[in-house]
Amino acid sequence: MNAITYSGPAEQGARSRISLGDPSWVKWGLITVTVGFIFLFLCLPLAVVLVEAFAKGWQAYGAELAQPDAQAAMQLTLLTALVTVPLNTVFGIAAAWAITRFEFPGKSLLTTLIDLPFSVSPVISGLIFVLLFGAQGWLGEWLREHDIKIIFAVPGIILATLFITFPFVARELIPLMQEMGSEEEEAALSLGAGGWKTFFLITLPNIKWGLLYGVLLCNARAMGEFGAVSVVSGHIRGLTNTLPLHVEVSYNEYNFVGAFASASILAGLAIVTLILKSILEWKKR
Amino acid sequence: MSILLSNISKNFGDFAALDHIDLEIPEGELVALLGPSGCGKTTLLRIIAGLEQPDSGRVLLSGEDKTEQHASHRGIGFVFQHYALFRHMTVFDNIAFGLRVKPRKERPGEAMIRRKVHELLQLVQLDWLHDRYPDQLSGGQRQRIALARALAVEPSVLLLDEPFGALDASVRKDLRQWLRNLHHELNVTSIFVTHDQEEAMEVASQVVVLNHGRIEQQGSPSEIYDHPANAFVSKFVGQTNVFHLDNEDKIWLQHAGIVLDDPEALTAHVRPHDIDIEKNADASSSPFTLKDWQHLGSAIRVELAREVREQGKLAPVVYAQMPNERFKALQLAKGDRVALRIRHAHWFN
Repeated sequence: MNAITYSGPAEQGARSRISLGDPSWVKWGLITVTVGFIFLFLCLPLAVVLVEAFAKGWQAYGAELAQPDAQAAMQLTLLTALVTVPLNTVFGIAAAWAITRFEFPGKSLLTTLIDLPFSVSPVISGLIFVLLFGAQGWLGEWLREHDIKIIFAVPGIILATLFITFPFVARELIPLMQEMGSEEEEAALSLGAGGWKTFFLITLPNIKWGLLYGVLLCNARAMGEFGAVSVVSGHIRGLTNTLPLHVEVSYNEYNFVGAFASASILAGLAIVTLILKSILEWKKR
Repeated sequence: MSILLSNISKNFGDFAALDHIDLEIPEGELVALLGPSGCGKTTLLRIIAGLEQPDSGRVLLSGEDKTEQHASHRGIGFVFQHYALFRHMTVFDNIAFGLRVKPRKERPGEAMIRRKVHELLQLVQLDWLHDRYPDQLSGGQRQRIALARALAVEPSVLLLDEPFGALDASVRKDLRQWLRNLHHELNVTSIFVTHDQEEAMEVASQVVVLNHGRIEQQGSPSEIYDHPANAFVSKFVGQTNVFHLDNEDKIWLQHAGIVLDDPEALTAHVRPHDIDIEKNADASSSPFTLKDWQHLGSAIRVELAREVREQGKLAPVVYAQMPNERFKALQLAKGDRVALRIRHAHWFN
């Protein structure tokens, strides 16, 4: 899911090494190590997922995915992404705008805080929500009185995913908008365009590839998040299991075909993400 | 449209960018805001445009208070130093932008917009570039497209931030002349910011000299040059020799024909072309020798070295300027002792 591509710099690096006159065994040695590593830790697991998923043939694969619990997990995963990705897109744009276009006290602190979900273990993030909204939590009593369920229910899963994925769009946009500057927006204002027109006609077209890139990463994480969601979900089959949780539950029940079939969906998502990411990186340039 | 700024102040943290500025610009003028970098001239321009809010003071356009009005409603054309062309739009769409974002009721039809844009492209003589993108244009072309874009909405005031700053010398010369002519043609009140005094003198009908957030002097180029209000203006606009009045200076200044009538004056500023030189002076009346000279084309600039009594102190070189013929007639060689004849000096405290 979080694979890293090193296309550009690696190529340049290779060329300069040759010109520096390193012996060819260094070159081939490094290439072998890299390719071997990628094969062992990326390709082989992917192959295992597919082989195990289809171990009992196409029909067993299809049957596992058509199972109500698997279907429910997929739907919940989609719902989570559908809610969190748009919200974090709006939040990311707002945060990037505030940080790059205005001066205010505490700005650098805010910039640091945006990165918080990256530096905190996802399990801790999940736990925070349990401590806040759980039965014994700070707001637990109030929530019970008003008959609102958050922990071990869908709202908790969405909240935890929101928290985990909120840096992606903002982090992608902040350096981009900093580099862009605000002159074009000011030019639009002086030509009579209001705030919204300036945003949709000038800012958005300039940041669109970066924005899509951020949205893509945000989506990949929203669908693939395990740790935080695992803590708040309660693993209720057919109700609060997302796809990654469904993989775990099936595996623990020795339903290998079911586990790997669901895993293959996530792996497919990762590959699609990777391809789109490469296209966007190319477009951004 | 006339512009009136009253008591404008602007601080950035502890730094006072503008310090109680009062400025009146009559309709139809082409005004240069001239000053060294960091003097507040760009900030002043942005405040007029509404891109920056002053901490105090009012901005009046045609007598109407526009201080609180949003930049998008002021009807002011702004040309940015780095042009700020919309990079994802063609030249045509850039110029049409101001017309297309008008409210539905005021917006002209697409055919009308097309005609107007091509008119403007012809005005800036770049119609053949209409389907290019900004990154395919040269600096001078971008500048003219930025100007056409600002003019499309028929602004009542045109503001230009360092309009020639990012261009190379030959293009700059052409564009200066072109901007002057364009202003004659359109007669829209225009202000441009520059740190280049030559540019200000050549293009503007009025020059406002700024320093440290204050206005030092406002006037026509010849007023500024011939009657500088203070030592800063005198030094900043055109070249000048500065003589501080220690005893030695007094003696030779009297020999050079300058009468000291103001007892409080402490420094004399003399333009190079106000100094004439003569050969074969004796050492008691003049401390100057010819050090070097440069051919400036239409004139010769002479560098004069001065002997100083105090040891280890190097006196600044004095520059004099004269027509080529005059220099030839003098038949000077390096090291010759010369006497100065000063035609005119400005005295400052």
